[in-house]
Amino acid sequence: MGFLRVNDYVAGKKDWGSYGLPHEGTKVPERLAEDVAHKDVPTCVLDERLADVQERVRAAHWDACIVVNEGRVVLGRLDRKALGSDADVSVEEAMTPGPSTVRPSIGTEDLLKRMRERKLSSYVVTTPDGRLVGHILRDELE
Amino acid sequence: MRSIDRDEVRRLIADEDAQLVEVLPAEDFEEEHIVGAINIPLKELDERAPRELERERPVIVYCNDYQ
Repeated sequence: MGFLRVNDYVAGKKDWGSYGLPHEGTKVPERLAEDVAHKDVPTCVLDERLADVQERVRAAHWDACIVVNEGRVVLGRLDRKALGSDADVSVEEAMTPGPSTVRPSIGTEDLLKRMRERKLSSYVVTTPDGRLVGHILRDELE
Repeated sequence: MRSIDRDEVRRLIADEDAQLVEVLPAEDFEEEHIVGAINIPLKELDERAPRELERERPVIVYCNDYQ
């Protein structure tokens, strides 16, 4: 090419899009999971006490909490039932491990269809390497 | 040519005003491309790059994935 500084982004545009980074085109859905996910969903870690997390989540007016590690990789979820429990347990004992996740680049129409088919009320959005992006509620897509 | 990852792409664009070039055919570019990229299909690169790209700015080429 005759240029000095040429770089090859080997992983390509599929990698870019799957991390929710800006992409466009005739086949890119108008609204993506990345656009509608709640980025401020409460998070907690495995060794916290459930009671401490419950208080924090209630104060934030949420009824879900995502369990992450120090790298923000999703490990589990505390759902409404767990958050309403009065058991004296750790987050690790109370959580639902390995929740279903979607990538930021999925279109909201496809996502809603998937939620209806699987009878899910919410989805956790993560990057391909499992890091938390946000939380999506089905009610907000209907 | 240096192989780079996503984070380095973002850094080069933000800090060094890199030029992003998708080297797939035009139809693929139309369907989906990174915002800010231009399209120069691979077979046209040698001919069009000197005209359409600035030599003093870094260039980042990409296609679909690990091809």
